[in-house]
Amino acid sequence: MSYHFNGADIASDEEGYLTDLSLWNPELALLIAKDEKIEMSDEHWEVVNFLREYYDEYQIAPAIRVLTKALKKKLGEEKSSNKYLYELFPYGPAKQACKIAGLPKPTGCV
Amino acid sequence: MDAIVPGSDADRLDPLEIPTLCPGAMAASQPWGASPDHQKALGFPGELVDDWQNVAIAKMGELLEKNRALRVYLDSCVKCGACTDKCHYFLGTGDPKNMPVARQDLLRKVYRRYFTFTGKYFPGLVGAEELTKEVIDDWYSYFHQCSQCRRCSVFCPYGIDTAEISMAGREILDAIGKGQKYCNEIIGKVHTIGNNLGLNKNALRSTLEGLEEDIEDDIGVPVKLPLDVKGADILLVTPSADFFAEPHVDGLIGYAKVFHAAGASWTISSYASEAANFGMFIGSYEQMRLISLRIREAALDLGVKRIVFGECGHAWRVAYSFLNTLAGPFDFLDQRYPIPQHICEYTWDLIQKGALEFDKSKNDHIRLTYHDSCNVARATRMGDQPGGQFEIPRAILKTVCNHYFDMAQDTIRDQTFCCGGGGGLLTDELMDIRKKGASPRMKALKTVAEDHGVTHMAAICAICKTQFAKVMPDWGFERDSILSVHQLVSNAIILQKPKQENDDDR
Repeated sequence: MSYHFNGADIASDEEGYLTDLSLWNPELALLIAKDEKIEMSDEHWEVVNFLREYYDEYQIAPAIRVLTKALKKKLGEEKSSNKYLYELFPYGPAKQACKIAGLPKPTGCV
Repeated sequence: MDAIVPGSDADRLDPLEIPTLCPGAMAASQPWGASPDHQKALGFPGELVDDWQNVAIAKMGELLEKNRALRVYLDSCVKCGACTDKCHYFLGTGDPKNMPVARQDLLRKVYRRYFTFTGKYFPGLVGAEELTKEVIDDWYSYFHQCSQCRRCSVFCPYGIDTAEISMAGREILDAIGKGQKYCNEIIGKVHTIGNNLGLNKNALRSTLEGLEEDIEDDIGVPVKLPLDVKGADILLVTPSADFFAEPHVDGLIGYAKVFHAAGASWTISSYASEAANFGMFIGSYEQMRLISLRIREAALDLGVKRIVFGECGHAWRVAYSFLNTLAGPFDFLDQRYPIPQHICEYTWDLIQKGALEFDKSKNDHIRLTYHDSCNVARATRMGDQPGGQFEIPRAILKTVCNHYFDMAQDTIRDQTFCCGGGGGLLTDELMDIRKKGASPRMKALKTVAEDHGVTHMAAICAICKTQFAKVMPDWGFERDSILSVHQLVSNAIILQKPKQENDDDR
């Protein structure tokens, strides 16, 4: 599988996660989000940007609890619950938001 | 067997209702294949080998030599039919190849052709068949529609365990280069990073510190989640989902509060930061052994006296049934305690001693039922009484929660269903079979919700929790209606605010 972007094919795995994380950029994120039927709002970007910052530091996506806590600090109580994250990313914040942020899929019993 | 549904009428959901047969309905359901890198990392061929037929038959021969039970299972079926309607995947799909006997026959027909006298010379008389590409394809589909939950084996008069057969099937598939991505990628991560999730030490430490802050903000008590503490008494080995997902993390917080209340010296290990052992799912003794050895090494390195397992169904099966064989002897641990011990045994022991205090009203907004996780129910035990694996989790729940109701008797305890995501099936591309396989459990839950106003269900398995969080919304429940058992403990436990100890002596 791949994303056709700016005249090039950007490779992804079977499920649409980028195989080369360094090829990610915000425009490509829009394209991935479109495939996921998600229209990116500022709130979506808050999540995606936090995921990328966290990944830069820890080489893994943050736990849901870490994500909601960071959002709570930044955006307040209402925009930080797990439920709110599911409204933004209906397939689940961990997997769908990671895909759009160009991060690997969280694996395991999650 | 009829469902025991009090006051049942025609409209009520019957979890055990036999579906209309739909031959081939699930033939196309297959998991993603493992990449060559994931395969090779575990010592399997990267892709389908040229002489796959010979390799597969040789592997089957090797398994038959090593595992006498497998040969007995393949020889002893008398086609009585007792198992046919016992698999949740059959009940959910109607595909006759999901009848346990038919699933076994996928392997049995090949076994007969190559390993029995009659099958070699009169194959047509005994249903013996050549190993063809089509058979391999069927194996890949239908051995990944078995969650190795053993429900069928409870009803088999010969005790044939389809789990062993699907494990053997998957092991042969790995040997010819046809592995499953989900399991094999994850096992690779355990070897390189220490857990299924790929959570490295720094991220784990930061996550645990964050949880300590959360708990203190929440209840004003500095409950600790220690990492890599040498000389601690207890090593907690828990599924890495407990560090990452909801509601798993609330269970982890519950364990920490119990340890805190007991004044226990305990630690998590970053090296053995995973209770799960997917080596069992792929039927690989060697992978199961290597993963188990990490726990032994961590216990030795940290100098602990006890090993306690967190809420993970198949981990407890590996731990309870095989850990000593795989990674023992554990003569360096304190022999006065079970080796290993389940967190539910640990908590129940403290409750019985009167060492924990609860405010049950904290769970009054919850009307609860309990899902017996298949591996715990049918492959393990807890405590020192038969059936402890059923009674102890319920006893804990009834201690911390005022409103508890069981689901129908023929859907719980040793007759429990798998959640639908066990045995290495908890992956997105198998969502269809996962949802269909969950339907018997969901029907039983709907009934107890209608009869008793049940709002939530608790479980002690990371896979169950993730699976139900995904499936329950389809049945009219909130995503967070699935709870960790120790989450309910966490809600109700009373901890003393002032002084807390974090030293290593007891």
